[in-house]
Amino acid sequence: MIQHRSLYICKVNPTIDFRDTICAVSTPPGLGAIAMVRLSGDRAIDIADSLIRFPGKGKPLKTLSPNVLRFAYLSDNMGLIDDVMVSVYHAPHSYTGEDVVEITCHGSAYIQQRIMLALIHAGARTAAPGEFTQRAFLHGKMDLAQAEAVGDLIAAENAAAHRLALTQMRGQVSEKIKTLRSELVDMASLIELELDFSEEDVEFADRNSLMDLAGEILHTLESLTGSFRQGNVMKNGIPVAIIGEPNVGKSTLLNALLQEDRAIVSEIPGTTRDFIEDTITISGFMFRFIDTAGLRASKDKVEKIGIDRTYRKIKEASLILLVTDINSNPESVQTRVNEIQSLLKDDEQHLVVVVNKTDKLTGSRKDETGRRWHETFDHVILISALREKNLEELRERLVKIPALKQPGDQEIIISNMRHYEALSHAAEAIRRTINGLNEGLSNDLVAQDLREAIHFIGEITGEITTDDILGNIFSKFCIGK
Amino acid sequence: MEYDVIVVGAGHAGSEAAAAAAKMGSKVLLVTMDMTKIAQMSCNPAMGGIAKGQIVREIDALGGLSGIITDKSSIQFRMLNKSKGPAMWSPRAQCDRIKFSIFWREELEKIKNLDFWQDVVIKIIIEKGKAIGIKTKLGRKIKGKAIILTTGTFMNGLIHVGRNRMDGGRISEPHSTGLSEQMKAIGLRVGRMKTGTPARIDGRSINFKKLVRQSGDPERRRFTYDEVKFKRLIQRDCYIAHTNERVHEEIRKKIKESPIYNGTIQSIGPRYCPSIEDKIITFKDKDTHQLFLEPEGEYTIEYYLNGFSSSLPLEVQIAALRKIEGFEKAHIFRPGYAIEYDYFDPTQIKHTLETKEIENLYFAGQINGTTGYEEAAAQGIMSGINANLKTNNMEPFILARDEAYIGVLIDDLVLKGVDEPYRMFTSRAEFRMLLRQDNADYRLTGKGFKIGLVEEKKYNRMISKYERRDQWLEIIEKTSIKPEKVNNILEEKKSSRLRQGVKLREILLRPEIKIDDLAGRIDEIKQLVEKEDDYSKELKESIEIAIKYGGYINREKNMAEKLKRLESIKLRRDIDYLRIKSLSTEARQKLNKVRPKNIAQASRISGVSPADISVLLIYMGR
Repeated sequence: MIQHRSLYICKVNPTIDFRDTICAVSTPPGLGAIAMVRLSGDRAIDIADSLIRFPGKGKPLKTLSPNVLRFAYLSDNMGLIDDVMVSVYHAPHSYTGEDVVEITCHGSAYIQQRIMLALIHAGARTAAPGEFTQRAFLHGKMDLAQAEAVGDLIAAENAAAHRLALTQMRGQVSEKIKTLRSELVDMASLIELELDFSEEDVEFADRNSLMDLAGEILHTLESLTGSFRQGNVMKNGIPVAIIGEPNVGKSTLLNALLQEDRAIVSEIPGTTRDFIEDTITISGFMFRFIDTAGLRASKDKVEKIGIDRTYRKIKEASLILLVTDINSNPESVQTRVNEIQSLLKDDEQHLVVVVNKTDKLTGSRKDETGRRWHETFDHVILISALREKNLEELRERLVKIPALKQPGDQEIIISNMRHYEALSHAAEAIRRTINGLNEGLSNDLVAQDLREAIHFIGEITGEITTDDILGNIFSKFCIGK
Repeated sequence: MEYDVIVVGAGHAGSEAAAAAAKMGSKVLLVTMDMTKIAQMSCNPAMGGIAKGQIVREIDALGGLSGIITDKSSIQFRMLNKSKGPAMWSPRAQCDRIKFSIFWREELEKIKNLDFWQDVVIKIIIEKGKAIGIKTKLGRKIKGKAIILTTGTFMNGLIHVGRNRMDGGRISEPHSTGLSEQMKAIGLRVGRMKTGTPARIDGRSINFKKLVRQSGDPERRRFTYDEVKFKRLIQRDCYIAHTNERVHEEIRKKIKESPIYNGTIQSIGPRYCPSIEDKIITFKDKDTHQLFLEPEGEYTIEYYLNGFSSSLPLEVQIAALRKIEGFEKAHIFRPGYAIEYDYFDPTQIKHTLETKEIENLYFAGQINGTTGYEEAAAQGIMSGINANLKTNNMEPFILARDEAYIGVLIDDLVLKGVDEPYRMFTSRAEFRMLLRQDNADYRLTGKGFKIGLVEEKKYNRMISKYERRDQWLEIIEKTSIKPEKVNNILEEKKSSRLRQGVKLREILLRPEIKIDDLAGRIDEIKQLVEKEDDYSKELKESIEIAIKYGGYINREKNMAEKLKRLESIKLRRDIDYLRIKSLSTEARQKLNKVRPKNIAQASRISGVSPADISVLLIYMGR
């Protein structure tokens, strides 16, 4: 999966020649039951044809009807390599918009390598990272937002991020933004009308209706930008901070959660997964533990973790796990909780008190202490990180926090930073537009702000693209996979 | 005998072209079918208007003549959109139609290197892909290093009045044939457009009491930046009339008689200038349309009925007209008519207005699919300048979109082409705030001087004006004002009182406060209101705009700078766009046809989508 993560850092290579026919192993590297090799370009079918033979009479690959899977033998000049399944897609009805051949072989690294070598000898070259999607973009198979979403889709680590990327790739975000753009254009037309045709005998939109229109646009923009925090959470995981005094078992808790997650994942047969450190997935949601290295480092040094030091971490987190020792005094923990609560944003951040080391107590003492904690706090979870006891309750609690509200299928979520920035700028321009209308500014001055808003909306779907934006996109994200 | 530049046609484009090339030193021949019709206003007797007024001032700032001639022949002046921001202020003048033409001829006759010839050009002489002269109906062959074609509506002009069709370039004037056939044979794409004009009315038959009078502004401004004295003509009023249901009924009844509605006319007319029958059919719900009755001259009884353009039969036009209140006894001198004419797809010309196909052949005006005197004159002056420069082996003269409406106009024509007669609007300009009528001199007079079209005196006036503006801005920036000095004026103007001393600039930033309101009280700027001449007024206006709208102006300047970077990504001339499969089919064809010089130009071509631009950028290795 390493190759896919590198999508984000690879740059467009100006020496890439898009007339070449390219090939790549499209399944993750390593051992698997099967692997797939993809070829794309003008000569894809010819090249594959030189290596492939169908059983029986052996019609050439060219005559194979597209979009069907067929059994075949694949050989090079040294002899048979593997029994394979082959399918052909004709331009422009393929992922890249070019002729594409997909060869599914057995998963051995040796077989994969020998097939790739055979293809290269036959005239293909290995694809640059992201080149397949780049070609799809070049052939107009997807717009910029969609192409970016492909990258997200490949890298999707959990169900929510997957759904999000899928929505974006299908163009729903683009659609919504196009609608928004046309609303803006409508409004601009009304304004320009009064400027260029003031001498004409036409009815001009009054200030109130312009203001209503601008208000509606702003509302749409704000709901889209507002969804970014959630979109971001879905894509990158819910930021969680584990805080607490030294030796309360923060790291033990983290390791316990992470280890279980690893175990869960590896139980699913055939799944190989690029494991991102310090993230876990529960019920399809990804949680990301922020700055945990710092937390771990603090274990070596005995020092009080004051509110000041953890403040920054707390601010970044949607969820704060305050871990405490079961033998601590609930009242003093209450004071600490109050201190932290005062720093939190009510709707967006949540604090959970986790009482650790239940394994230290037994019998009636355990029950009595537990009762005391429950009397002091409405919601408290007693666990033993060391013995991995009651982690289930903690997990259930994690997925219930309001930041995780499941968006409806129709709801559009913005998860892309570039989109978020453009929408924010557009919203700002619209706010200035509304101010201008309020202050009775002349329409030509109002129009300047409106034009800016349209410009920013266009940046998202690539409709008003500039070298700057493209440079930005291509530097962060190589179009393709 | 060989001329440097031969200009074919003496309308607004041809006259400006001839004047510019000759003033810059070319030996010029102006060929016209009728020397009594030089710079004839074929349609309404007015110059300027929204976006168009800005163009006239730009032409003047560059050293053209349309501005001063408009001023001299003006019989009413209005600054339109004065209640809006300064980018929208648009000068407009009603003109004496006959005097306009006479003044133009006088100005042209003053130019030393300019020769005239009355004849019809039937052929361009072309040798090895280069235009080298003209052939006329009288059989003359005249050589020229550059030829500028400004054919207006004359090329295969066909006039319609009801079912009555006649050849002509204007009513009762012959058309010309041969040129478009020759060009077509060479391979140029020729198209057909349509325009129209309304009836001319006998003022003695109108009951003006039933109409609404519209007078000019009390303050008569100028189009020209020149410091010249001239005699002002007597001012005339315009009148507003309205159509009604009875008028519409008359027209609806006979709509099948209109060549537009019975299929005789197939070519495209301007959507923003529809005929009266178009208005009634297209906007069924509207029960009245506004009409303007504009005087044709200083003394004449003839009026032009703006908004009543029509190609209906004569008797239908009269019947409908007489149903208008105040027009019950209307008598007309000539009917409205529609005219169809040939134009060439302007994507076939370069930004210099030279054709791509035939070297040294230039097109300007309606031949490029535009409409309007101002648009024509703008292309005229630019073609004249470029013909002069080219024949002298000098660099071409091209104006950018953030420098002039003229730049926007030509860039649009060359890159986007036209699908209806092209007229300028302020919304076509991305940088409207920069392209104002007040600063055309600042934008263009220096350039005009550099190429030798603007005289030194005019250039110096511009330089001194803006030097003085900057000095004043500095004074206004520095001067502190105590509350007691201005508070009663502020109160009078319903502006909030000062609590403590502020810089004068702060007070002038308030929209409701003008320099005129304060200058009497503040010694430091008293001088600004002492003189009432044009120069002082311009200076004051320029200072005020710089203060009040500085923020908006700077924002657009920054935007323009940002977009300029796309201009620097050059596209090689030899790119075979047809082979770049990733481009859309339309983009491939358009790019191949237009051959843009850089990415910015490519992005402005219609049919080239942002996705296509991304493709180009990727191919360019960006």
